[in-house]
Amino acid sequence: MTTLDFSPRPGAAPLPRMVLAQAGAEARAMLRNGEQLLLTMIIPILLLVGFSQAALIDVSGSRIGFVTPGILSLAVMSTAFTGQAIATGFERRYGVLKRLGATPLSRTGLLLAKTCAVIAVEIVQVVVIGAVALALGWSPQGDPLWVVLLVLLGTAAFSGLGLLMAGTLRAEATLAGANLVYLLLLGLGGVVFPLTKFPDGVRPVLELLPITALTDGMRSVLENGAGFPTGPVIVLACWTVAGLGLAARTFRWE
Amino acid sequence: MRAGGSASGAGAAVEISGLIKRYGRTTAVDGLTMACGRGEVTAILGPNGAGKTSTIEICEGYRRLDAGTVRVLGLDPADASLRPRLGVMPQAGGVPPAARAGEWLRVVSRFYAHPLDPGALLDLLGLTEHARTPYRRLSGGQQQRLSLAAAVIGRPELVFLDEPTAGLDPQARHACWDVVTGLRDAGVSVVLTTHHMDEAEKLSDHVVVIDHGRVVAEGSPETLTGAERQLRFRARPGLNLDELLSALPPGSAAKESPAGHYIIEGQVGPQLLATVTAWCATEGVTAEDLSIERRTLEDVFLELTGRELR
Repeated sequence: MTTLDFSPRPGAAPLPRMVLAQAGAEARAMLRNGEQLLLTMIIPILLLVGFSQAALIDVSGSRIGFVTPGILSLAVMSTAFTGQAIATGFERRYGVLKRLGATPLSRTGLLLAKTCAVIAVEIVQVVVIGAVALALGWSPQGDPLWVVLLVLLGTAAFSGLGLLMAGTLRAEATLAGANLVYLLLLGLGGVVFPLTKFPDGVRPVLELLPITALTDGMRSVLENGAGFPTGPVIVLACWTVAGLGLAARTFRWE
Repeated sequence: MRAGGSASGAGAAVEISGLIKRYGRTTAVDGLTMACGRGEVTAILGPNGAGKTSTIEICEGYRRLDAGTVRVLGLDPADASLRPRLGVMPQAGGVPPAARAGEWLRVVSRFYAHPLDPGALLDLLGLTEHARTPYRRLSGGQQQRLSLAAAVIGRPELVFLDEPTAGLDPQARHACWDVVTGLRDAGVSVVLTTHHMDEAEKLSDHVVVIDHGRVVAEGSPETLTGAERQLRFRARPGLNLDELLSALPPGSAAKESPAGHYIIEGQVGPQLLATVTAWCATEGVTAEDLSIERRTLEDVFLELTGRELR
């Protein structure tokens, strides 16, 4: 039998090391989980290929140029909102969050780790989806800086909503709810179906959805080469403040 | 008891005074006062629902108390500076079901400044060959051992173990006991809850029996079981003990529990032994496994907390 030196030598690791370790664990968990991959990779890529190759929608310019920004937005939503809500809901249910609370990793550290993990997965998504789109003839326009800004702001807004759901509902309700919202926003938020197809009366409402703001902004930059996407940035910023603010007030750790 | 260890006073690892915890109308902990000495193993015993887990979870900083005071290593349990100094093994769960045992332990080790080597710890607890197994595929005993590993990996000063050996097979129980003994020898304070009386008797310096949210007895296993001896033997079930009792000195007691196992209490000496064996001879029974022993902790426990199921 090995003998170990159990003599006390307590101490917390530096915050960056803790955050990195936890972020790595969360990113690995997301990329290994089959259902998560279905939402974050398989569905977006199938939609990208399907809607850019078949004449399912009627757009003025190139189909791939229209579809790709929408699919990139969907990818952000799938990871920051759906994936994060479901994973966090079950972490709460299985006592994982409670157990982590007994370690030196603070709640701030845990949230930082979750954010890093989401961004890491998003980078993988953008690389894969971007590669498929380029292979299909996509030629992105605009300033990449605005794309990064939109992705980060979208991540913050969707993370707030995901954590709000995960921190208040039962894990099963979060699972069902997060998938339902994913489908609804996929259909209503201009991901692949242009907003112009909806009646004039509902359009102003749909334009206030976080997914619509994100697809709008991404399309204005990547398809039309527009500058700073003011409108979408304001809408996403409002959702971020509301979502994260409410989540911070209501989140139950166990 | 180890030198320097004291179950009370300013140096205690845990000090609880007048602790009250309610859930709605139920009072789970009802004015509990106890202390756990530094460098000692303290076992908290009690029937299901006695308030053990509530008490431990308040010490761990998970739950808020409704009244009373709790000091852990001299600090408020909510104090964040305590986190690296404490090791916690919850009763169940706490690990993502899909996480691989070895990877998860390595992640936890990265939260501490001077962690034990995760590989060596897996080895010590017989989990090396399961290092790549997802948590949900581990057996109950393996999950418990992984949880124990995580509780000690940060080299804490004080470890809380909530039913560490529940559901373990004998080998795993012994591995767990070795860890607890190793912690104690290294000067770590350990507070554990258990339903196994033999475990409390073997491992702990200090035993606290709680029931209905209060301390009903405490002391070292030796003081709790007392100096009193018992005479025990086995024979065919259903012997009439009334005759024996009338032959024994006043103040003696005799009972059959369970069937076929007889326990005689009182002034256990040569006279009593002679009386009992003489009575056995007249009954025509051979007393098997005849022995004179101290009461076990289990006897004390049942006496204190009653025999009704809850």
